[in-house]
Amino acid sequence: MNAPSNIPTRTCRDTPVLKERGQREVFCGLTGIIWLHRKMQDAFFLVVGSRTCAHLLQSAAGVMIFAEPRFGTAILEEGDLAGMQDAHEELDREVERLLSRRPDIRQLFLVGSCPSEVIKLDLARAAERLTVKHAPHVRVLNYSGSGIETTFTQGEDACLEAMVPVLPETGARELLLVGALPDVVEDQAVDLLTEMGVGPIRVLPAARASGTPAVGPETRYALFQPFLGDTAAALDRRGAQRIEAPFPFGEEGTTLWLKAIADEFGVDDETFERVTAAPRARARTAIANAAESLRGKSVFFFPDSQLEIPLARFLTRECGMEAVEIGAPFIHKGIVGADLDLLSEGPTISEGQDVDKQLDRCRAARPDITVCGLGLANPLEAEGLTTKWAIELVFTPVHFYDQAGDLAGLFSRPLRRRGLLKVEAGA
Amino acid sequence: MKLTVWTYEGPPHVGAMRVATGMKGLHYVLHAPQGDTYADLLFTMIERRNHRPPVTYTTFQARDLGADTAHLFKDACLDAYERFKPEAIIVGASCTAELIQDDPGGLAETMGLPVPVIPLELPSYSRKENYGCDETFFQIVRHLARPMEKTAQITCNILGPTGLGFRHRDDVEELTGLLSDLGVGVNVVAPMGATPTDITRLGQAHFNVLLYPETAEAAARWLKRELGMPYTTTVPIGVGATWDFIGEVRAITGLTGAVDDSRLRLPWWSKSVDSTYLTGKRVFLFGDATHVKAAARIARDEMGFEVVGLGCYNREFARDIRALGKEFGLTALVTEDYLEVEKAIEDAAPEMILGTQMERHIGKRLGIPCAVISAPVHVQDFPARYSPQVGFEGANVIFDTWIHPLVMGLEEHLLMMFREDFEFHDAAGPSHHGGHAPRALGEAEPQPVAEVAPEAEVAEAPAQTGSDVMVWLADAEKELKKIPFFVRGKARRNTEAYAAERGLNEISKDTLYEAKAHYAR
Repeated sequence: MNAPSNIPTRTCRDTPVLKERGQREVFCGLTGIIWLHRKMQDAFFLVVGSRTCAHLLQSAAGVMIFAEPRFGTAILEEGDLAGMQDAHEELDREVERLLSRRPDIRQLFLVGSCPSEVIKLDLARAAERLTVKHAPHVRVLNYSGSGIETTFTQGEDACLEAMVPVLPETGARELLLVGALPDVVEDQAVDLLTEMGVGPIRVLPAARASGTPAVGPETRYALFQPFLGDTAAALDRRGAQRIEAPFPFGEEGTTLWLKAIADEFGVDDETFERVTAAPRARARTAIANAAESLRGKSVFFFPDSQLEIPLARFLTRECGMEAVEIGAPFIHKGIVGADLDLLSEGPTISEGQDVDKQLDRCRAARPDITVCGLGLANPLEAEGLTTKWAIELVFTPVHFYDQAGDLAGLFSRPLRRRGLLKVEAGA
Repeated sequence: MKLTVWTYEGPPHVGAMRVATGMKGLHYVLHAPQGDTYADLLFTMIERRNHRPPVTYTTFQARDLGADTAHLFKDACLDAYERFKPEAIIVGASCTAELIQDDPGGLAETMGLPVPVIPLELPSYSRKENYGCDETFFQIVRHLARPMEKTAQITCNILGPTGLGFRHRDDVEELTGLLSDLGVGVNVVAPMGATPTDITRLGQAHFNVLLYPETAEAAARWLKRELGMPYTTTVPIGVGATWDFIGEVRAITGLTGAVDDSRLRLPWWSKSVDSTYLTGKRVFLFGDATHVKAAARIARDEMGFEVVGLGCYNREFARDIRALGKEFGLTALVTEDYLEVEKAIEDAAPEMILGTQMERHIGKRLGIPCAVISAPVHVQDFPARYSPQVGFEGANVIFDTWIHPLVMGLEEHLLMMFREDFEFHDAAGPSHHGGHAPRALGEAEPQPVAEVAPEAEVAEAPAQTGSDVMVWLADAEKELKKIPFFVRGKARRNTEAYAAERGLNEISKDTLYEAKAHYAR
């Protein structure tokens, strides 16, 4: 009853992937700090890097939000590059100073950057040393958000992956939901599952260190986001088992995601139907309203957040759009396989990027809407293409039933706007 | 290693991008890891440019490091030439590429490209964005500019405007008009709008206008030394500075034509009685050296403000700003540490901040109105309307911009009279600002429980201007609250200073009024 109704006979699962290497117009993993520091309210993110890293965080925050910072950059100077021992001493000193100023900090992430990776500054060792020094008040962890290793949302993956080995052990059968979602969405997911009788439910990352979940062989976990492959692998190593499903975007994605969890936890069909019927109906109505202007329109995805494949599934199956190209920075078939299985064959699936070549393909295809990063959006608009900046998809509540209409709206609004504006001479 | 929360300047390669993006027909090949492409959005989003910056990034990844990143650079360089066919190429490295020492300049030179290739050495771990602009523009000029026959008409070049500059677009337009009034034509504006070919003919002009020393001083000096071109040293921001600039241009050119100043409104707007309330407003100035220098003169001489603190973030101009501080009887603050600036402002307790977007944030936290006078820029600093800083119209714009955040003359009095009114009370802020009014000085910002120690405590124990040793008695505290918020900070400060001078450590209602009488003017 809740199985997907129209499974395509030929899907994108076996479409050969166009792999490209060239200039990549993407953020590095440090960008994830912008939302992670809001989610984890007693954590501080200390990037060990250059002025460029500080400038990136500030520009990303400045263009998108202007929040109170619980992040900062320890900027490497010429002296630090000369002697490694000094760099460690300097780092200890800066951390000492930071923690004495901010007694509310319980978790400190030392975040590696391109320069710290290239000079091989061992932040894992620094984190161990500093944990011993500041225990039990503060736990110090490290991960890399460098551009030479991570692309945009992979920063969140690296951060959560770093948390997994130090999660406490449990033998309890619990559901663990993984990913840093806006509270309103996280609460909706937890409420729906609780109503079905699924529980206990834990979330990684927790809002505060005291709420840190435990993990063990009886843990069953589900990912909120498709970019959490390394976190999933780390959880697997702790014996936890992943519940595979398409990602909870749109009415169909949300239903399939919830259903997979419900089945794992033995929820009967009747209960599932009772809990989901009303929000499903609401989601369908909301999508139908926004999808009016999307039906029959074509969409082209530049690689950005790894949400591209699940979103293409939503747009093509629930909004009647046609995908021309679905570009992703990185495709983990083990994670997005269930979404690929629902995508009809047709679009080009590309991984990696050579931005100028991809722009040529996009201009040739002249899609009705192009999903791309902030560096490309205005230039493409100026060429007459309608764009949706991809980063908003990561910053806006778009998961689950009650945001399904908003998600469709993010794509329909640019088209509606283009239709509304009459600003040309003689218009 | 230095902990930084916000930075006033980006890395030097962003400065090079500002030059490249301002120009036409120039391409920048930047050896950099993926992620450094974030810099594109500064131009496409903040400045709303409708083209991608002319920058090709090699975007190397970890797996390339073991292999051959030099080859990657050469391929990128060749592809960029083939695709964009620029008139000239600049090549350089970002902070990470500087560490792997591939020498982009040397590599590009061996490739035999049919256009000039200009190598940039921008030390990322010691220098910053403005240096990057200045050095890049200097290198371009040094490689391309040659002696030329002068134009028949008296002309000048306008040097300094770049991509992502604070009001550069409108400043150029205003200045071009002013120069035209003076009988001076504009030969080339550079970097903004110039092609490499235009740079070759800089020498045709009779002199240079150095509009922004931060971004073009090295080039102006070189052109003076090598091509014998004099350059102007006054930046025409403000009424007095504009007249001084006109004097300089007349001295260089010998032209004596009259200038039409009928559009200049600042002098009368400032003299008119409605502006009396501006007298002695205590202002704190912070920004880049050029804009702070100009603003200090405007604040004192053209608005009648009292400058209670000033400083700049670009150390290259530390000497100038320290001298300026001395002129105003102040110790200038030269720092790039945002927290230090915040503390200085808190200590000075000004009635208004004239600063950057970052001081706007400080002002929001401290409940002090702020007007923006300088880069670093924000999307709001690229208004759709014409909004220059230089020349006569610039002075008008500055007058409006600076008084906008303030409570206006009569409103000040009405607030005094009806301070218990539930809608029209002092904490509501200036009535023309709707819900975005600044918070009253001294009142704590509401914080989510989670954020018990935000920036306030990051700045090491901000002294409550001595109130830790001074006790305000309840009646005095109550009386203080009756004073409108925009002067409450001053009243508290004056009273405490008055009490301290007299060795009092308790402040009563009487002390408050004695201090008021003492400081009356």
